[in-house]
Amino acid sequence: MSAMRTSGDKTFPKLLAERAAERPKGIALQEKLYGIWQPITWQEYADNVRDIAHGLASLGVDRGDIVAVLGDNRPEWLIAELAAQSLGGAVVGIYPTSLDEEIVHVLTVARARVVIAEDQEQVDKLIRAKKSLPGLETVVYYDVHGLETYTEPWLVKFSDLAEQGREWGSNRDGWFEQEVARGTPDDVAVVCTTSGTTSKPKLGELTHRNLLSMADNLTSIDPLGPKDRFVSFLPLAWIGEQMIAVACGLSCGMTLSFPEDSATQRSDMREIGPHVMFSPPRIWESMLSEVQVRIDEAGWLKRKVFGVGYDIGNRAAEQRVKGRKPGPVMRLFAALADWVALRPVRDQLGLARISRCYTGGAPLGPDVFRFFHAIGVNLKQIYGQTEICGIAVLHRDEDVRFHSVGVPIPGTELRIDDSGEILLRSDSVFAGYLGSKEATGDAVDEEGWLHTGDAGYLDEGHLVVIDRAKDVLKSADGTRFSSAFIENKLKFSPYVEEAVVFGTENITAMITIDPMTVGSWAEHEHLTYTTYTDLAQKEEVYELLADEVHRANADLPDSIKVRRFLLLFKQLDPDDDEITRTRKVRRNVIADRYGDLIAALERGDGSVSITNTVTYQDGTSVDRTISLKIYDLDGYVPPKHKKQRPVWSGRR
Amino acid sequence: MLTRAYRFSLNSSRVPTGDPLLEFADVSLRFGGIHALSDISFTVRQGHVHAVIGPNGAGKSSLLNCASGLYRPQRGKILLHTRDEQDAASGHDLAKLRPHRIARLGVARSFQNIELFGHLTVLENLMLGRHIHMRHHLVPALLWFGPARNQEVRHREFVEEVIDLLQLQAFRHHHAGSLAYGIQKRVELGRALAVEPSLLLLDEPMAGMNAEEKEDMARYILDVHELRGVTVMLIEHDMGVVMDISDHISVLDFGKLIGDGTPDEIRNNQAVVEAYLGADA
Repeated sequence: MSAMRTSGDKTFPKLLAERAAERPKGIALQEKLYGIWQPITWQEYADNVRDIAHGLASLGVDRGDIVAVLGDNRPEWLIAELAAQSLGGAVVGIYPTSLDEEIVHVLTVARARVVIAEDQEQVDKLIRAKKSLPGLETVVYYDVHGLETYTEPWLVKFSDLAEQGREWGSNRDGWFEQEVARGTPDDVAVVCTTSGTTSKPKLGELTHRNLLSMADNLTSIDPLGPKDRFVSFLPLAWIGEQMIAVACGLSCGMTLSFPEDSATQRSDMREIGPHVMFSPPRIWESMLSEVQVRIDEAGWLKRKVFGVGYDIGNRAAEQRVKGRKPGPVMRLFAALADWVALRPVRDQLGLARISRCYTGGAPLGPDVFRFFHAIGVNLKQIYGQTEICGIAVLHRDEDVRFHSVGVPIPGTELRIDDSGEILLRSDSVFAGYLGSKEATGDAVDEEGWLHTGDAGYLDEGHLVVIDRAKDVLKSADGTRFSSAFIENKLKFSPYVEEAVVFGTENITAMITIDPMTVGSWAEHEHLTYTTYTDLAQKEEVYELLADEVHRANADLPDSIKVRRFLLLFKQLDPDDDEITRTRKVRRNVIADRYGDLIAALERGDGSVSITNTVTYQDGTSVDRTISLKIYDLDGYVPPKHKKQRPVWSGRR
Repeated sequence: MLTRAYRFSLNSSRVPTGDPLLEFADVSLRFGGIHALSDISFTVRQGHVHAVIGPNGAGKSSLLNCASGLYRPQRGKILLHTRDEQDAASGHDLAKLRPHRIARLGVARSFQNIELFGHLTVLENLMLGRHIHMRHHLVPALLWFGPARNQEVRHREFVEEVIDLLQLQAFRHHHAGSLAYGIQKRVELGRALAVEPSLLLLDEPMAGMNAEEKEDMARYILDVHELRGVTVMLIEHDMGVVMDISDHISVLDFGKLIGDGTPDEIRNNQAVVEAYLGADA
């Protein structure tokens, strides 16, 4: 296995050819369609890539060109990617939920002439965007439903493109192999959009060497093999999905599975039982709240059994993450707890086979970590950025410190400069931003150090990330802190979906409630409500959240305790630009839009009103004025009768 | 490589588009002294979405029940035109046929009040729609081998395309009775489609839905019609929806046909306006 790890002059298309020669009948991709997992073998995968590559060549796609893909995760996504790379081109993924303006931005910067789009929804967006995209020549679509009657001459069916490619390639024997052989590791393979919380996304160019050296370094500590399965459900436009699904997938020969529909992701994942997962915190958080809701709906016996099992699992996990071996009695209890209480929960979550899983993209609350380790899921933090292929620092098995992000993976150097910024250097540092030499110069210095823009420090060799360097604040007594740190404390409450913290002297917070958990709590309390807005403004819900904020405050130093909070009347929505598609809060947009609220929080008003424009489905809109309460925690005494709520329950 | 295009045709009628598919000729239905329908005559053409509208008690559901054989009109003919594989035309008077014979001719329907089997899964309910196309011999069916098994696999493939079209994937193995109302309505539409209809009769497919659910349902009906070529005859109350999606409208009032034409003609029909808005409007 180690022989194929020395990447040398490897590129993705070369690896695909290797896999197809090694195990032509092994399953490379499978997609659930019509209720059945439809397999695609490595040989079929390679053949399809060749046809589409010929097809793209017949459309004039050349070395150095960028082909865009706009759609959900499907085999066609990867086939298009590998086809473009076989010709010496690169691929840029666009998030399928993107709106017209974002699509135009990415396609313009990438100067894409060919876009591979999924279905009618995406094609409609491109038809609208076409006017502002003079360079766009052809749109290829693969889900034909609803597109039968479209007459635009520049629309081509994926299967027709393959057919066209077969014809084009019929008298060009050996041309494809020659093109693949011409590819070098320093060719750009993937262009990834950086999730811009501050401005329009930048497009980072990643070479084959960047991605494959990352895959080698990662798998040298956490090995993967051809028997491992992976469910691909996060956007392939995201670097994390590219890393594991494509780079590790191709170099280790893993089987990728694509769920049938966004609504069936969970059940499909349970059917597959993946061995490895890499997801941003929101996925883990939503799994935890699902467990909380379902356990709260269970009978008392199940709750009791799970409670006892969880405690034992938690104690065993504490030993395990420190690398200690538990004693024989502990092992026996742990096995018993696993059998009756923890394994069934893992199975329900689709994590029954998981050997390792990762979280990355944003910090995950230590308590969420603790929960997953307690139920026996080996969850580890990854720290990295798109600019360094997503993965640079990682927890090691048996040395998982929840507050840190671990130690650098092999081949990666880490340094903290004088200002406290984290610098990284490795083979995976990206080639540059597309069309912006200046921004590239800001990110990578002459010695090849990537300036991450994050502030952090080392704790016994383990990296602890505070926040974006420009977001690190000083409190009244001089403590360095980050609002993200407080926000994560707040977000650990199952009732809090998002929290945005303001101020340095008087810390205040704007909170959005999680409609699922608060809704189920309200149901349990016989509290009636109509809409999200109504629920969020209930006196009882404020009291509930006050208790949660009070609990979060208990872990915070006095100078940065949350003094006041309000519950926002709506959830933060990427369509409103308030949050990115990877669910990072855009503070500047929030500060702009809710300036009045923030000022009122700062002043300590009793309530504040806001005018909100609601657009109904039929196109009419009305202005509504909503009055939001501001809760002051000064002198707050938590209700006495309540017991401490366990991590796994939303109920007391 | 798997293809995403559908392999099966949902429409089983071979009548050329625009030709008469179903003709009501002087249909009259009485319940004792009540004239539910009197001398109704109109034509549903192949390839149309044909809406039947009218105030409560106008006789809309009775008309549909006559067409599907649940009621037997005292007078008149309901003529269904079919073409066989050699393109030879023949007519069948539905007023004289038993409901199961009518179903075999490809007339499928959904009900105003959902009539699913609550304790069967969505998949099983849809497979039931294929029942009229299955030919079982007792022994292979009991032992589920050879032809019986192959046959079921083939029909399952058909049903899976219906599931894909109506986006029911997430509910495949859920019990029909446990699903939300809007989903159950969709399952009922799916079961009617699984019949592989020559004519689809929908009795108030959007009753009791909110604006968003109605929009979804309208989208599915249009998909079924436009993309899969199925002729649809539907009863609906929401005028906005009716005007949007139908090619032809027949209006009933107190058992009589008071209007018949395109949406534009109906909008300007004085008798219809009076029936709906009162004589003064």
